[in-house]
Amino acid sequence: MSTPSLLLFIAVCALATFATRVIPFVALARHADHPLILHLGRYLPPAVMMILVIYALRDFRPLLDGRLNAGADGWPMILASLLVVVLHLWRRNALLSIIAGTGAYMAMVQLGWWG
Amino acid sequence: MSLPHAWKEAGLLTLPVMFGYLPLGAAYGILAIEVGVPWWAAVLMSLVIYAGAGQFLAVALLAAGAGLVELAVATLMLNSRHLFYGLSLLKRFQGAGWRKPYLIFALTDETYSLITTLPAERAGDQALAFRVTLLNQGWWVLGSIAGVLIGTTLDFNSQGIEFALTALFIVLTLEQARRLRQGLPFVIALATGLGALLLLPDRHLLLGAIGAATLVLLLHFHHTRRREVSA
Repeated sequence: MSTPSLLLFIAVCALATFATRVIPFVALARHADHPLILHLGRYLPPAVMMILVIYALRDFRPLLDGRLNAGADGWPMILASLLVVVLHLWRRNALLSIIAGTGAYMAMVQLGWWG
Repeated sequence: MSLPHAWKEAGLLTLPVMFGYLPLGAAYGILAIEVGVPWWAAVLMSLVIYAGAGQFLAVALLAAGAGLVELAVATLMLNSRHLFYGLSLLKRFQGAGWRKPYLIFALTDETYSLITTLPAERAGDQALAFRVTLLNQGWWVLGSIAGVLIGTTLDFNSQGIEFALTALFIVLTLEQARRLRQGLPFVIALATGLGALLLLPDRHLLLGAIGAATLVLLLHFHHTRRREVSA
């Protein structure tokens, strides 16, 4: 692929990505104080966060095609997630919860405890 | 707060994102080189596109020789969940001044999560939001450069390190719950998230769940308003 067409390709992708980010700010600039927008500003972030957790854990399928699927990375994922929750409720130290959870997950998948 | 101290504060906040973005960025860089994208183009994409899944898709489409229209449509579809992020940040980004265009440009899932979970007294701190946003893209670009340079996997066995992003989302969900002390958005998210998991293919999962959650919140708003009016 020639350099100009490669640059064009990147430009189109950059513009399309930016469009999805900027459209609300342009289209609704005058409505930032509308009660509905404030309502979404209050409730949407926690909902999105919870959905991102569900999305991140979506590979946990203990039953796959009707059969027990214990070999996948699903169980380490759930165990490490529980560790993060418990640690965070206990100490409320974000870095500690994240580093301990990630370390536990890496140990489980690398040492193949659930292989 | 002194400037070095301010950057240190932002750096600590973005540390979990660093654990996620460095390996993911490297994976992206390696993939880009593998399918024949020049190194400078791979890094340029991390600078001007800056979307994790979007860049993986772009590289795949580039390798498949896809057309520009196909690229534009696929990118818009994949990233349309950003529309909902903007909806909930309209008020917060007001008065961000010269920082606002960049805050909007660099609004990824992880940056959105960090910014919306800042403690209430820091919520209006646009300078902090800017530093967090800039550092996050910095980790992503650094990761991409590392991937492009190395071209193969590192000696260090980093398998599983992406779990840092999952852990980050869990911690931020708990922080949001502690702050809000209302079950409503979490119940809605569980319903739409699990519903999407059951009903939708993987590539539409996030958009479907977030779109449905927004719709339910709209209905909830109209419902509570009507009750207030009639009361």
